[in-house]
Amino acid sequence: MAAYTLRRLWQFLPTLAGVVLLVFFVFNWVGGDPAYLLAGKIPDPQTIANIRRQLGVDEPYSVQLWIFVKQIFRGDFGASWSTGERVSAIFATRLGPSLTVLVPLLVLSTLLGMAAAMLVAYVRGSLTDRAVMIACTVGQSISILVYILVFQYLFAYKLGWFPVQGWGVSFGENLLRYSALAIVVGVAVSLAPDIRLYRTFFLDEINQDYVRTARAKGLSETRVMWVHVLRNAAIPIVTNVLLQLPGLLAGAFLIERFFGIPGIGREVILAVERSDFPIIKAVTIYVAVATMVVNLAADVLYKMIDPRVQLK
Amino acid sequence: MSEQGVWSLAWRRLRADRLGFGSLIVVLAYVALTLAAASGLVARDWEKEAGVSFAPPSFLGPDAAESRQLLQAAERRQPGEDYGIADPLAADLAAIAKELSGGSASAARAPTLPLGADKWGRDVLKKAIKGTETSLFVGLVAAALAAVLGTLFGALAGFRGGRVDDFFNWLYSVFTSIPYLLLVLAIAAVVNQKGTFTVILILGLTGWTGIFRLVRAEYMKHKVREYVLAADAIGASNFRRMFVHILPNVSHVVLVQLSLHVVLFIKSEVILTFLGFGVGVDTVSWGSMLAEAASELLLGKWWQLAAATLAMAVLVTAFSLFTDAMRDALDPRLK
Repeated sequence: MAAYTLRRLWQFLPTLAGVVLLVFFVFNWVGGDPAYLLAGKIPDPQTIANIRRQLGVDEPYSVQLWIFVKQIFRGDFGASWSTGERVSAIFATRLGPSLTVLVPLLVLSTLLGMAAAMLVAYVRGSLTDRAVMIACTVGQSISILVYILVFQYLFAYKLGWFPVQGWGVSFGENLLRYSALAIVVGVAVSLAPDIRLYRTFFLDEINQDYVRTARAKGLSETRVMWVHVLRNAAIPIVTNVLLQLPGLLAGAFLIERFFGIPGIGREVILAVERSDFPIIKAVTIYVAVATMVVNLAADVLYKMIDPRVQLK
Repeated sequence: MSEQGVWSLAWRRLRADRLGFGSLIVVLAYVALTLAAASGLVARDWEKEAGVSFAPPSFLGPDAAESRQLLQAAERRQPGEDYGIADPLAADLAAIAKELSGGSASAARAPTLPLGADKWGRDVLKKAIKGTETSLFVGLVAAALAAVLGTLFGALAGFRGGRVDDFFNWLYSVFTSIPYLLLVLAIAAVVNQKGTFTVILILGLTGWTGIFRLVRAEYMKHKVREYVLAADAIGASNFRRMFVHILPNVSHVVLVQLSLHVVLFIKSEVILTFLGFGVGVDTVSWGSMLAEAASELLLGKWWQLAAATLAMAVLVTAFSLFTDAMRDALDPRLK
C-alpha cells in the first residue's frame, strides 16, 4: 500500500506539470496582454509599460513560466488585480463560509439520496421505480438557475421563511439562518442525479450472490437491505461523494453568489467577472491538486474497505 | 435467410420502446422548430416590441388596473403648468409620455400576448423559440466537436498504444483534474469575447474527455479481434483499420455519448450565458431569458422564467429519455 501511494504521488508530477502548462497557456498566451485590461479605457503608453513591468509580462514566456512555477511552490499567487488583497488571504478567509454550506449540503443530500435510492432499487421495475426515475430525469432537466431563482423568490422573498441573503459573524447564525436556504436548494438540485446514480449501485449489489445466500438462510428483508446491501453499496457512494468535493468547492458558485455567501465559489465568479487572473489561476491550481489528492485517497480507501480490490 | 444489421435491429427495439420513441419525436420536433427559426419561417420578428411592457399571457387577460394607472399618470403629468406659462412642447411631451406608458398612443401594441411580453414588450413565445434555436444549435455543434475530438484521440490512443497512448492519457488526466465548469469559466474569463462560436469552441475543446476514455477502451478491445487482424493481413493501412474497420463497430458508443453531451452542453451554455460569458447580447438564448427573468420575478412577472424553463425542461427530459432508450436499443445486454 505504501509503495502504491508513493508511486501514485510520483505520478502526480507529470499531471501537475500539465495543469501548470495548461493554466499558463490559457492565461499568459491565449489571454494576451493583461495591461490593456487593467489600464482602463484610455491607456497611455507609460501606464501600460508600468503595469507590464509590475506584472512581469514584459519578460519572455520562459521567464514568466518560471515566475509562475515559483509562485505555485511558495503558495503565493500575489495580490488580486482588482482589490489588492493577497490571494492567499482571500482563500484563508473564504474557505470557512464555503464549508459551512457545503458540508451539511453533502451530508444531507447523500443521506436522502441513499435512502430514496435504496427504496426504488428495492421495488425495481415497479411503477414507483419508473415514476421516481422519470421524476428524476425531469428534475435534472431543469437548470440549477431556476431552482435558485424560484426557491429564493418563494421561500425568502414571498414567504419570508429565510433571509434573502446575508452573512453574519457567529457560526451558529450563519449555519442555521443564512446557509439554510442555500443548503435546501443544493440538496434539491443534487437529489435527482444522486438517486439515479446510487440506484445503479444498489442494483449492482442486489443481484449479487451473497444477497441470495443471505435470503436463503432466512434473514429478514430489512436485515438483508439495511445491513448486507447497504454496507456494500455505501463504498462506491462514499467514494463518489469524496470525488465530488473539490469540484463543489469552486462549483457551488451559483448558490454562493445568489445567497450572498462569502465563499470561494463567489470569489471565483467575481474574479471571472473582473478578469482577476491571479485568483482564477490560484483556484484552478489548488482545485486540481485537491482533485488529484482526493482521487488517490479514494483509491486507497477503497482498498482498505474492500480487500478484493487490486491496486496496480 | 434475412440478414438484419445492428442498426435496423436497434431501430426495431427503439420503435418498441414507447417512451423512448415518444421522446425521439419530441426531440425531432425541437430540431424542426430550430430549423424553421433559423431559416426565418417562424419568430423572425422576435425583436419587435409587439406588446405593452410586461404584457401578461393571454390566458390571464390584460393587466387592466396597471395599464389604466399608467395611462392616467401620463395624462396627469403636465410639466410647466405649475409656472402658469404655456409649455411650447406640452403636446409633444404628452405624446411621448403616452408612447412610453404603452397607452392608447400605440394602438398597435397588444395588451396581451400568447405567453406574455418582457420589459420591452417583446413576445416571450417568439423569444423562447429563438432561444431554442440558439441553445440547441450550441448543444449539437459543441457535442459534435467534442465527439470528433474524443473519437480521434481515443482511436489514436487505443489503437496505437505506447507513447501515443501515454501522451493522450496525460492530456486526459490534466483536463480531468480541473473541474469541468471551473475550466470552462476560466477559459471564458480569459477569452472575454461573447459569441455563439466562442461558446461552442470552449465547450467542445474542454468536453472531449469522457468520450475519449470510452472510445479508447473500445479500440483497445477491438484492435486484437480477428476481423482487424484479418484486415491487417490483407494489407489495410493503420488509418483504414482505425476508421473504416473499427469505427463502425464502436460508433454506437460514440452516438450515445454524443447524445449525453448535447444535454450537458445545453445546460452549460445556459449557465455561461446567464453569467454573461455566453452568446452575444444580440442573440437570445434560454440563458439570457433566465438572466432577464431573475429581476422580473421580483416584480411578479413570472412568464419569461416559466417559458424558458418549460422549453428547456421538455427538450432536456426528452433528450435524456431518448438517450437511455437508444443505449438500451443499441446494447441490449446492458438492460
